[in-house]
Amino acid sequence: MNSHDPFTLALSLILSGDPGLFGIIQLSLQVSLSAVFVASLIGLPLGAAIALFRFPGRGLVITLLNALMGLPPVVAGLLVYLSLSRAGPLGQFGLLFTPTAMVIAQTLLVLPIIAALTRQAIEDLWEEYREQLQSMGSGRVRAIPTLLWDARITLTTAVLAGFGRASAEVGAVLIVGGNIEGVTRVMTTAIALETSKGDLALALALGLVLLTLVAAVNATAYLLGQMSRSRMQ
Amino acid sequence: MSQMPPNGVKNPLLELQDVMFVGSGKELLARTNLTLGSGGRTVIMGPNGAGKSLLMRLAHGLLQPSQGRIVAGGNGSAFPRQAMVFQRPVLLRRSTIANVTHALALNGVPRRLRRPLAEQSLERFGLANHSHRPARTLSGGEQQRLALARAWAIEPGILFLDEPSAALDPAATKAVEDAVNAFHANGTKIVMTTHDLGQARRLADDVVFMCCGRVMEHTAAARFFEAPATAAAATFLRGELVLDVPAPGCSTQ
Repeated sequence: MNSHDPFTLALSLILSGDPGLFGIIQLSLQVSLSAVFVASLIGLPLGAAIALFRFPGRGLVITLLNALMGLPPVVAGLLVYLSLSRAGPLGQFGLLFTPTAMVIAQTLLVLPIIAALTRQAIEDLWEEYREQLQSMGSGRVRAIPTLLWDARITLTTAVLAGFGRASAEVGAVLIVGGNIEGVTRVMTTAIALETSKGDLALALALGLVLLTLVAAVNATAYLLGQMSRSRMQ
Repeated sequence: MSQMPPNGVKNPLLELQDVMFVGSGKELLARTNLTLGSGGRTVIMGPNGAGKSLLMRLAHGLLQPSQGRIVAGGNGSAFPRQAMVFQRPVLLRRSTIANVTHALALNGVPRRLRRPLAEQSLERFGLANHSHRPARTLSGGEQQRLALARAWAIEPGILFLDEPSAALDPAATKAVEDAVNAFHANGTKIVMTTHDLGQARRLADDVVFMCCGRVMEHTAAARFFEAPATAAAATFLRGELVLDVPAPGCSTQ
């Protein structure tokens, strides 16, 4: 086989443990996992609270949240860029073109997904549990941790969906990160750059890793779904 | 109309005073005064749609009355600890024992006491071997026993049961009735609904008969089954189960 074949080169890059490649993978995971962590911390209780409480404008909030699930990454990136740029409200922190900025942008993308899916799951479960929990003396606030734990399988799927979104997007991290080698270059931005430069081997290697990652996430979500149907109902 | 409790209730535990309930513009429960005494087993009977479950949910506090109030018996005393067993138990998506410890936690039982109390309760209802199984993999009868064990653990002053054996086979029904008697022997007030006349005869100390959203009578069980005070109850007891149309006598009240 031709040793200049990009596919062969890609595999050898992965198998040889190329430090450049693995640095990019590591940063990607750090950024996306941090974003998902922060978004879960906010989105799970937020979604549960919207599910359990009635307040004016609730319908609007739910519609907005559902709409924001499809927020274009470049728009999220632009908003964060405007906030973090020198002239922006958060300009003084000098966060633009740092991994922190990328985490903020991806959190913005992932938060609506986790909050909206949580809201739906918790509302369904509350419908089923309400009388029983009230009978046992649980108010709505006390019910939140109960419901979050009992919806754990569905919610894990929601978090995985958020992670899939974060790790696959390119627009937001490109705008606020700037794709600086060794600082803010992640898998998706590297693929975009290397492809345009013609270094197909590195692009392909990263593409393979990314594809594997996304496949693994989806397989996990599928298995959890199966598990919740069969064992735990 | 004899809404008066049988022989006067000696130790009132829960009193419904002028309680009324309106839902979607319809009066679902007419003005009701009812005193539930401590100790005995009160069985609420009546055809479908009579308002039995509604009355029980109001008494238990799951629903707020549109008018009137529910007070703890004996002036100013605190509400007794309450539990309810539903026709289809709602079990948490957790292990069998975690279902019981969660109920204890909600009732303010300190953490270190929850596990031993839960274990005792599961043992009492023959579920000790299933402690760590996911509760939702238990059979129907076992699930209802878990619901009873969960109520047992918190030692309620009142136990409400809403057709607790309607979905169960005879053996599981027997287990539910034994449990009701065990609660009763322990001093827990029983308030239950059932469609099973045999079960009502076996368990009731007093009967609240309802029809078309009103309490028609509240009579000692022996007298109710011999000579009910209302025509509607007599019709009901003769087995002329009037399921959809109002039973005779309802509308005259």
